[in-house]
Amino acid sequence: MEGAILGLEGVYRTFKKGRTLIPVLQDIDLNVMPQECICLVGESGCGKTTTGKILSGLLKPSRGRVFFEGKDTTSLRGAAYNAYRRAVQIIHQDPYASLNPAHTIYSTLSFPLFRHKLVKHYNEARERVAALLEMVDLTPVADVIDKYPHQLSGGQRQRVGIARALTTNPRVIVADEAVSMVDVSIRIGLLNMMGRLQAELGAALVFITHDLALAKYFAWEGRIAVMYLGRIVEIGRTQEVIANPQHPYTRVLLSAIPEADPERTRHKQHIQLRSEDIPRLTELPPGCAFHPRCPWFVPGMCDSEVPTLERGADMDTRVACHPLTRGEPLTLYPA
Amino acid sequence: MSESVLRIDDLSIVYRTARGLVRATSHVSFSLAKGETIALIGESGSGKTTLSLALIRMLPAAAQITSGAIHYTRNGQTRNVLSLSPGDMRAFRWKECAMVFQGAQNAFNPVLRIRQQFADTAAAHGIKDPEVVKARTLELLRLVRLDPQRVYDAYPHEMSGGMKQRALLALGVLLDPQVVILDEPTTALDILTQRAIIDVLNEMQKRLNFSIIFISHDLALAAEMADRVATMYAGEIVELAPVAEMFYRPHHPYTLGLLRSVPKLDQRRDDLVSIPGDPPNLIDPPSGCKFHPRCQFATDHCHQEAPPLVEYTPGHFAACWHTDKVAAARSGFIDLKEVKKDDRS
Repeated sequence: MEGAILGLEGVYRTFKKGRTLIPVLQDIDLNVMPQECICLVGESGCGKTTTGKILSGLLKPSRGRVFFEGKDTTSLRGAAYNAYRRAVQIIHQDPYASLNPAHTIYSTLSFPLFRHKLVKHYNEARERVAALLEMVDLTPVADVIDKYPHQLSGGQRQRVGIARALTTNPRVIVADEAVSMVDVSIRIGLLNMMGRLQAELGAALVFITHDLALAKYFAWEGRIAVMYLGRIVEIGRTQEVIANPQHPYTRVLLSAIPEADPERTRHKQHIQLRSEDIPRLTELPPGCAFHPRCPWFVPGMCDSEVPTLERGADMDTRVACHPLTRGEPLTLYPA
Repeated sequence: MSESVLRIDDLSIVYRTARGLVRATSHVSFSLAKGETIALIGESGSGKTTLSLALIRMLPAAAQITSGAIHYTRNGQTRNVLSLSPGDMRAFRWKECAMVFQGAQNAFNPVLRIRQQFADTAAAHGIKDPEVVKARTLELLRLVRLDPQRVYDAYPHEMSGGMKQRALLALGVLLDPQVVILDEPTTALDILTQRAIIDVLNEMQKRLNFSIIFISHDLALAAEMADRVATMYAGEIVELAPVAEMFYRPHHPYTLGLLRSVPKLDQRRDDLVSIPGDPPNLIDPPSGCKFHPRCQFATDHCHQEAPPLVEYTPGHFAACWHTDKVAAARSGFIDLKEVKKDDRS
């Protein structure tokens, strides 16, 4: 897409397990626009983390291309490649595993500064690290800067993780389940801070989560991409996807989620799946991977060809669903 | 309310650690009625798991129960769980009070077929007739919506996480316990699997009429399943109320804070606020009300004296000096009329 800062085009990724190849991502097209917030949502094993890692250059696609500012990243060399890696930073899920226990907060945060030659000497690095800690509200700075990760709480560690992602003045931040391991009461504080920093820095944010309500909160003005078994099945403006889900999988998901409101959650209409078993990635069903579970399955259509992500009739969102993109109404498959 | 099956009186538990005494659970009291579901909500370290482990006396060696009693009633006979002999305790677990632990992935023995694990459990409690055990096992597997024939002979690795979790629920109620304790029953499960587990649990409870204590940090799950909710903070129950009361008329600032920090899926923009600060240190807890350092309503009174758990409306208890201020604050946040209007029944 024109103007995208980061893009995936026809990206596939397989992992080898013994002698079998596991197709973790298939045919992913995704564009990240400057300063936008885009959420990747889906259940475990749908490929959202792998997508995040490919976006940030930590993994290479098996097939397909990654574009940074319109240039194929495999063609980038030297300074240009470093600029890409500097511009895209990732915040990891686990604040306990993602910080080196043998390094102080200062050394964790100063390492990328020296590596990318953003500071020249110790004093400058100290100053810059202190400024970063202030940005993520780890104050007073003197209490934190020379501590080791084990001396901090989970919430504080995740703030360090966020600060580390900011060290290189990134233009895209990939937050992979960045708040799923911190307690409910401090989760929103972290999210609000990330939102504020994103606005201040003018960076784009790719927010990866399994929690649709959280995605809705965080990317209210942005976009949501719903993934299922290695493919994007629906992508569109957050408000549109939440209010008006199109793809059968998105509809089922939204109907299944319990909500923190007794009246509402107990009166919710749950859409019944035809099967509760999730197919294995190594034994994907032919055609649309959701068809064995889909309540609106159309024999002959859904089980023959893989649907591509297209704009349906009268829709802003794009969906990968045969009946929808052909403008046919969804009809329940007889049980 | 019908007869109570479990009554916990003034239960306090400490852990002895090198750094000092950790007051994991302090003066907890509540009762559980037959067929009732109570949710214990709170953050990690609030004492939820310690409390539930105490109910089946499976606390780690470093823990010590410093006060209290747990009264268990079946067929009109009441016993104090804390004074049962080791032999009686073994019989009590599973037969009277079963616990389904977090992480079903690891709960089954990987080298035994599911049927063997059901049979072993039954045999350990004196039920040796293979026909009886088989019939009961198949019935329960059907109840949790598994294919009984397939799962009966399966090894754990042949099942998905959701299937294992459901098989574990079936195993939990094999001996027809009156109380089932569920520790984070759906965390680490996918949304659709979670939905299946919730539905199965509701169905099982309707059929078998057991009581449930479930521990969760997920408010939505409590809203969906619980009859009553207990909010725990720093080892204490700070609020206990019927589910609708808790969600629409919270009296404790911590409960209000939790409710305000959870995003909802309706079609409006959320306005969420987090609770400032970190959970307290249980070795050296704050004076007075333990929540006061994080509380927006705190006054000197809160620093000095811990508020007692007071019954405000029938069945609604809260421990806070300033419930009036909480009521004023929540009126701007929780709008009951909107709840009715959006009701999609």
